[in-house]
Amino acid sequence: MASVNIKNKADIVIIGSGVIGNAAAYYLSKAGKKVIVLEKEDNIGDGGSTRNGGGVRQSGRHPAELKLAMYAVKNLWPNLSEELGEDVEYYQEGNLRLGKTKEHLKILEEIVESGKKGGLDLGMISGEEAREINPYLSDEVIGASWCPTDGHANPLKVTLSYYKKARELGARFITAQNVKRIGKVRGSARKVITKNGSVFEGDKIILAAGYGSRSIAQKIGIDIPMKQVLLEVLVTEPRPPMFYQMLGTAAADFYGHQSKHGSFVFGGTSGMDAYAVEDENNPTLSKTAPSICRGIIKYFPVLQDLNIIRTWGGYIDDCTDHIPVISNVEEVPGLIIACAFSGHGFGISPAVGLLLSEMALEKKTTLDIKPFHYDRFKTKI
Amino acid sequence: MAKISDRSINLGSFIKREDDSIVICRCEEITKGEIREAIYAGMFTFQEVKKFLRTGMGLCQGQTCEKLVKNIIAEELNISPLETGAAKGRAPMRPIPMRILANDKEGS
Repeated sequence: MASVNIKNKADIVIIGSGVIGNAAAYYLSKAGKKVIVLEKEDNIGDGGSTRNGGGVRQSGRHPAELKLAMYAVKNLWPNLSEELGEDVEYYQEGNLRLGKTKEHLKILEEIVESGKKGGLDLGMISGEEAREINPYLSDEVIGASWCPTDGHANPLKVTLSYYKKARELGARFITAQNVKRIGKVRGSARKVITKNGSVFEGDKIILAAGYGSRSIAQKIGIDIPMKQVLLEVLVTEPRPPMFYQMLGTAAADFYGHQSKHGSFVFGGTSGMDAYAVEDENNPTLSKTAPSICRGIIKYFPVLQDLNIIRTWGGYIDDCTDHIPVISNVEEVPGLIIACAFSGHGFGISPAVGLLLSEMALEKKTTLDIKPFHYDRFKTKI
Repeated sequence: MAKISDRSINLGSFIKREDDSIVICRCEEITKGEIREAIYAGMFTFQEVKKFLRTGMGLCQGQTCEKLVKNIIAEELNISPLETGAAKGRAPMRPIPMRILANDKEGS
């Protein structure tokens, strides 16, 4: 076994500098631990963490994930800008999920029912009530679900501000470190070996590399059933403030918000996203942005003359049951996995970062992590 | 390619300069001083500075400021502008109204 340079030893080695890895690095550095973060790309936070629509939403979540979202919204998001010393552009102005047909209302009612059961302040409102909250809505909207404590933030600022603050506190970040495998010492995960031959060592290893986590975990005998799916976002030219609610639709045509900058950031799908060619440059499909635009115009005709400035794509790590893996790996002590966030990891990232830090410190976790166990997946027969 | 991989290099403390008030990104009105400060905060590539500050995110999409921003990063980190990482081009080439982009279906 190769000997490890003392510089490459830490209390915790984190694989992946996305919002999850960076948040964990921050909370662990704050607790006085020595942390090394390894990133495959040349840029910090190059994956879905800085490519998403920025929703900080509790409504519409799986009951288990809802608890993480509610905790984050109550305890972490409101102070995050102050804590990180950077404006992360968090707005808590509510979430409107819009419906135009009876079928849509049925979908919304189910979402409302599920959220209420979890203790969330969420209700159905009429089209008129929705237009009182957001006067720019089309008359075609006949109802909506309304969660007043939902919101949005700037994912680029959040991801990079966690990095900035963790770095300030002494965490060592290294880019262009494509992890080949995790090495065991006496049965426990201890080493991280990269493709360029570097070896890192930690008492705990947190694997938070999005879809990239799968092949790394496989080499140590763990398989997380997830796949890469392309999601796309577009951004418009800026406008003076019109509204700050987070928006979504029952039909999932599009979602998004107006940012602090004034531009509108809208994400969406065309239905062909799961079959896009995988490519490291995250290319967009030519048909998706037009499809998102048609969705927006149906609900917000007033925005149709706005210029689209840019479109981009990013991959989500979609899990077979659409909730994340946030788990200690009992059969490989020392290994903690955090991946498969299925496209809704950003809003819960501060809570997940906190939980990961508690797991790495072997403390009792603030919230129950059992529903996110790595070994929960069962075949159909 | 981005040259610097280990982000714990110490650049010392940020000291203001006389030309810090020069506007580098005209679309988003971002100054040289703001860019220098972001580099000191750990943003070592063109993409990181862009995502942190919005340089190159405006109407011209960096066609004016990309080279300038790369030169500033290169100077502060003592590397070549070619070693500050690539900027990615994305559709559309020029700003295009939503209603026109939406109209890619024949007969609609």
